[in-house]
Amino acid sequence: MTAALALDVRDLSIVFDTRRGSMTAVQEVSFTLARGEVLGLVGESGAGKSLTGNALIGLLQAPGRIAGGEVHLDGQRIDALPPEAQRRLRGKRIGAIFQDPLTSLDPLMTVGAQLVETIRTHLPLSAPAARARAMDLLAEVGIADPAGRYGQYPHQFSGGMRQRIVIALAIAAEPDVIVADEPTTALDVSVQAQILSLLRRLARDHGTAIVLVTHDMGVIAEIADRVAVMYAGRIVEIGPVTEVLHAARHPYTAGLMGLIPSLSRRADRLPQIAGSMPRPGQWPVGCSFHPRCPSAGPRCAADVPRPLSADDGMVACHLFSGGTLSPPAP
Amino acid sequence: MITLVLRRLGSVLLVMLVVSGMSFLIFNYLGDPVNNILGVNASLNEREELRRTLGLDQPSYVQFWHFLQRAVVGDFGISYRNRLPVLELILSRLPATVELVMCATVLALGVGIPMGVYCALRPKGAFSRLLQMISLVGISIPQFLIGMLLILIFSVELRWLSAFGRGEVVQIGWWSTGLLTDSGRKALIMPVITLAVFQISMIMRLVQGEMQEVMRADFIKFARARGLTDRSVHLRHALRNSLLPVVTVVGMQIGSLIAFAIVCEAVFQWPGVGLLILQAIEYADFPVMAAYLAMVGFGFAMINLTVDMIYLFIDPRMRRG
Repeated sequence: MTAALALDVRDLSIVFDTRRGSMTAVQEVSFTLARGEVLGLVGESGAGKSLTGNALIGLLQAPGRIAGGEVHLDGQRIDALPPEAQRRLRGKRIGAIFQDPLTSLDPLMTVGAQLVETIRTHLPLSAPAARARAMDLLAEVGIADPAGRYGQYPHQFSGGMRQRIVIALAIAAEPDVIVADEPTTALDVSVQAQILSLLRRLARDHGTAIVLVTHDMGVIAEIADRVAVMYAGRIVEIGPVTEVLHAARHPYTAGLMGLIPSLSRRADRLPQIAGSMPRPGQWPVGCSFHPRCPSAGPRCAADVPRPLSADDGMVACHLFSGGTLSPPAP
Repeated sequence: MITLVLRRLGSVLLVMLVVSGMSFLIFNYLGDPVNNILGVNASLNEREELRRTLGLDQPSYVQFWHFLQRAVVGDFGISYRNRLPVLELILSRLPATVELVMCATVLALGVGIPMGVYCALRPKGAFSRLLQMISLVGISIPQFLIGMLLILIFSVELRWLSAFGRGEVVQIGWWSTGLLTDSGRKALIMPVITLAVFQISMIMRLVQGEMQEVMRADFIKFARARGLTDRSVHLRHALRNSLLPVVTVVGMQIGSLIAFAIVCEAVFQWPGVGLLILQAIEYADFPVMAAYLAMVGFGFAMINLTVDMIYLFIDPRMRRG
């Protein structure tokens, strides 16, 4: 089983070193990803999902740093590698897609040149061979007339087309894992669907594992195999997408699912979870969600719930580990 | 793209028309040309006679038209002081100034850009802080002071370099160059440094500021995510995207350097256009001043045109025009 894992994240913690001491932003995040699997990483802004994504590709910006845990790519530990070795992995074995395709490409360089540059950084190809591969990539991500588009600049493409080019750049060296951080948030809905089905196809045809960071449940429903829900720097629940969407176990996930507006049940007021997510550094003792949780008991304010494997998922909530009422263990 | 170039050329023509209008005003209405030529003791008849031969009895717009006709072929009249054609006078002085300014610009770019890149990449390093401090001094210290300090050290104390003039020059056609002789090259050193210190400091700060801004852009982060080498991320992507404003400012600076190398030329008695115009002002030599004004206007317009062309070359987004 371990051999088939594309990505294995164990107890990853991220802290920010500030003048007032270090502040934990992501705590003991663990998940795995099989080849060709799409994992949705969801949560509100500030839950730490983008930070986790950046940490995976080794681009955590100072003053943030990985304070603990391990990241394994195809069984090899990558988070402790020297910067130059990490640089060589980026783009070659672990790719990235960012939110805004309008600003992800260098405006002064043709898309062809950017593709060739990326290809030749990672693969020992001659210039003509790299050019041919660039054309193939453009065709693969659904750009019509690759030969004609090859020499054009980013501003000559629409937003959706640019995101396709960004994807072509991300898969230029056939990485095993792609971290896609809100890849469709900046696009309009019809284009969103096209980009998502393109990602889906890449995962299926090339066996690329995709970590999809998003706050959009609709995107998750459309493309993810499994979902990991983050709240205040921790993963509170992981499970297959249908289960999480329809039978969430963690009260936060259940609340989150209740928020999705639907046509069939119109309410005068949109539902909401009372209160707001605490910012890093202001997390309450015990379960971070307990001040907002409808089922919280005394134990929740004292103990951090341990992650509990259940069926083919995980949940971190006292409801499933002996109840919320029992007093803290002596 | 061609329409864009044509539009720019049109605006150059407009600018030139305005500048030559001002130059015409100086030429004809500052002081009395008749007095200037004949002196105050000439008789009324002589004055009327000269006024007619100079065309001064005609309406202003006719005079302006004649002025333009002559200016286009480079005829700006005769210098009151030297009794030489103004154009010839300026052309004989131009090579000295152009050489000085070009050397200073090359030095400023060659030193300023690498320094700016270095400071942008390591803004908190000790060496960057030192460079930033030096550049602050370089921006604040007046040009003539730098020139005089250099003369004090290298001419007076160490006696390495001559404090004035161009040294030996070689004539190539109408152009005279000091770059081909040892004494000519040595004579360039101090004036070039004097002119370049401010430019180096400014270019360094400009490149640093722009590049730090660009380094925060998404496409730089994405370039890193593509696994490109630091070298490629910094130079091919970050630096190139930082250069547009640098091109603008350097263009403007070259123009004003040519126009206002006056201080530097005065300090080093450099026989360039700056020194010529200084003397022209002293002697109220209006034809020289008028021609100089037209020339500087033309120079600025040409440099701006070149800068716009470089824009088109660097930034594909502007080619839509």
